[in-house]
Formats: sequence, structure tokens, C-alpha cells
Amino acid sequence: MSVALDLFSIVAIVAGAFFFFAGSVGLLRFPDSLTRLHALSKADNLGLGLIVLGLLPRVESLLGALKLLAIWALVLLSGAASAQLIGRALRRRGGDE
Amino acid sequence: MSVLQALDIGLALLVLAVAVWTIAAAEIFGAVVAYVAYGLLLSIVWVRLFAPDVALTEAAIGSGVTGILLVTSGARLNSAGKASAAAPPRLSLRLSAAALAIVAAAALAGVILTLPDPGPTLAPEARRELAATGLGNPVTAVLIAYRSFDTMLEKIVLLLAVVGVWSVAPDRFWGGAPAPLGRANPQGALVLLEQTLVPLGILVGVHTFWVGADEPGGAFQGGAILAAMWMIVMIARVSEPPSVNSRWLRLALIAGPGVFLVAGVAGLGMAGNFFAYPDGFAKPIILFIEAFMLLTIAATLPVLVAGPPRRSPKP
Amino acid sequence: MNEFLLLAAGFIILTVAAGLFRVLRGPGDADRMMAVQLLGTGGIASLLLIASATTVSGVDDVALGLALLAAFASVAFVNGDATDDGQAQEGNGK
Repeated sequence: MSVALDLFSIVAIVAGAFFFFAGSVGLLRFPDSLTRLHALSKADNLGLGLIVLGLLPRVESLLGALKLLAIWALVLLSGAASAQLIGRALRRRGGDE
Repeated sequence: MSVLQALDIGLALLVLAVAVWTIAAAEIFGAVVAYVAYGLLLSIVWVRLFAPDVALTEAAIGSGVTGILLVTSGARLNSAGKASAAAPPRLSLRLSAAALAIVAAAALAGVILTLPDPGPTLAPEARRELAATGLGNPVTAVLIAYRSFDTMLEKIVLLLAVVGVWSVAPDRFWGGAPAPLGRANPQGALVLLEQTLVPLGILVGVHTFWVGADEPGGAFQGGAILAAMWMIVMIARVSEPPSVNSRWLRLALIAGPGVFLVAGVAGLGMAGNFFAYPDGFAKPIILFIEAFMLLTIAATLPVLVAGPPRRSPKP
Repeated sequence: MNEFLLLAAGFIILTVAAGLFRVLRGPGDADRMMAVQLLGTGGIASLLLIASATTVSGVDDVALGLALLAAFASVAFVNGDATDDGQAQEGNGK
């Protein structure tokens, strides 16, 4: 049972790390600011989400699991809000890229 | 080389690279952003050095409060047209600054690298005396029990900083309020963020303070988180920076060092020595002092960021 | 297992740090801000992995603090945006 859980953790964490990698590559290679913003939010949501998922089987107590989920929810919330704010700031600045 | 060692070396090189970029950046915003990144990386370094209290403080102050302080100041400089007006410093000045920094860094590195292998430390004694204070976190014990006078003086230094910032205002604005921290029409997303994040942040801030007696945390970290939350409220224009004359603000600013000083002097009567705590009753007194320090730090940092008053006082 | 977690933590830090190149190149301030935001989220992920792999207590509290302040820098940046439509930054006197 614990081998299966370990395997699950490994798969989830590798997937999460992949999304961070993809987010970085997107940030570096996408042609324009708005598309880079899109790449950034993928890393935020899925990257961190998969890592939290992978770490959930390893927590000691219910409180630990709730803390992990709370951290993910906070990052989702702030990521979404900042994406909106940065997006509008980009649009207001117009085309000075 | 183990994975952990490779991780540490990678981290150290990264910190150096970001530090170099902060100094070499051509314009204010680039340097500020690099500095915030530097703070984030440093907090991971502190975790690797087994100092979670410092890591928490670095995350809250270095990337949070200092970040917004620098960005706000940079924006005010930019809008006043002063940011690029000054000529860059002369080469001789830059070389002397670099030489001074190198000498200081080399001296520090030399001291640390030539320490004997179990380095001289007071940590075992600190841990041994913990039971007398009733606390579980040796960092908090050092701050509020072993060298409490120092900590109180640090809070007074914060107060002096506030006095310094406020005294920059022209005479006719004295007594007024600082300029609003946020823009005229805050966006919906910002207000939503404020409504959902701030209550949670207040909870986490108070929790961090409370848990600091036994786990990593403490009044300073909790206060920094609360300060960040108040600043989000002001940026979302839900509330404005208070005027410098406001009585509750002034009380909040002096509450921390004030209560600390009173407790210290009361120690003369209760426990026979300046800043001593009576046996068995130390922990409640420590938490009492820390609660007021929490209030002061949460009030001081946003006041420093808001800046000097920029409008005449209301009649 | 612990080694794997630390390896993942290191990998994530290095990847998001590579994204810091955006801080160098820009071309706009928003791109620089986004790179730091990515670093922040990557930092939180690495801290959670390190917390699970080592026995230091309080590391997940550091991650929680970082998560709270994640949006803070972006909010400050957007707030200080030079193309202000209202004169909110300066007061009405000078």
C-alpha cells in the first residue's frame, strides 16, 4: 500500500515539476506579454496543485493536509487576481512592448 | 556529492547571480524586482540553514513590505520626474564602494570559515534555561527573555524611523494624512482579493504570533503579515492612511515599546531586577508584551510605507 | 524518497530561476513582475517539498506566509503603474 502511495506521489510530483518547467519555458519563449501571463498561471495552478496532491499522502495529520490545501487555494486566489490586474495593466499600457 | 549538497550549492550560486543583477540593473524597477527575487531566494536559504523564524521574517519583510516600499517610492520618483534626472555616480566612487563591500564580505567569510569545528555557541545553554521561561521556542526566549532590553530598543528604533519619515513633510501639511496608497478606481479583482485574502491573512498573522511561543513564529513575523494585510486594504482604497494626528494611531505606535518598558520596570518590583520576570509567571507576561508588540509592528510598517503627510489637516 | 523530493525541489527552483531571465530582458515591467511571481510560486513548491523531506519544523509555515504575500508584489506593481488614469498617488497639495 505504501509503495503504491509512494508511486502516486512520485508521479504527481514529476508532473508538477513538468508544469513548472513548462511555465518557465513559456515565460521565456512566448512572443508577447499576455501569452507569457497565460504560461505563468498554468505553473501556478497545475504545477503547485500537482505537487500538493503528491505531498498529501505524506502528511502526518489532518491539519497538515488542510495546510497544504490552504496554501494551494491561496496561491490560486492570488494568482488569479494578479493575472487580472497585470492583464489590465498591460492592456492599459497599450503597445509599448 | 549528495543531492542536498548539490541543491545548496545551486542555491548559493543563484543568490549570487541575482545579487549581481540587482546591482547591475539599469533602471529602478528592474533592480527592485531583482531585489524581491533575492529576498525570496534568501528565505529558502534560511530554511536550509535551519532557521525557519528568520525565513518567515525574510519572506514577510524582504519580499513583502520592502518590495512595496521600494515599488511605491520608485513610482513616486518616476512621476515626479526625478528618477533619471541624477547623473550616475563617478567611477572612483563606485570602485571605492565595491572595494569596501569586498573587504566586508571577505572579513565575514574569513571569520566564518576559520571558526573551530564545533563553533562557539550559546545554544545548549539557551535550550537548557528554556524550562524556566516556560517557552518552547528558543528564538522567542532569546528575543523576549534573555536579551529583552535589546528587543525593546529595536522597537524604539522603528518609532524613530516613523518620526524621521513624518518630519519630511512641509510645515503646512503637519497633522494631515499621507496620500492614498491606492489608485483612484480600484479594479474589481483587487477588491475581491482584499475581501478574501485579508481576513485569512489576519488569522494567519495572529496565529503566527501566538504559536511563536513554542514553534517558529513570533510577534515580528505575525506583525509583518498583519502589516501587509493592512496595506492591501489601503491599496484597494477600502480604507485610507490615517492622519498623523490620529490618537489611536499614535497609541498603537507606542504601545509595544511602552508596555515592554513598563513590564521591564515592574520587574524591579516583582522579580528583583530590571527586565526580570517572576518565576513561573514568565510566559503570560511574555505573551502579554508580545501582543502589544504585534500591534505596534502591524501599525508601524504601513505607516512607514504610506509616508509623510501630503495634505493639509482637516479643520 | 527523501532524495527524490529534494531533487524535485532543486529542479523546480532552478527552472523558475531560469525564468528570472525575463527580469533581465523585460521588455516591459510586467514581464519582470511575472518572473518574480513564478519564482514565488516555485519557491512555495520547493519549500513544501523540503518540508516533507526534512524534519525541520515550521517550514510549511514559511510556505504559508509566502503564499499570503504572493500577490502582494504584483498588487504593488500594478498600483505604482506609471500610466495612471487618476491622480491618486500625489495629494492635492505639493
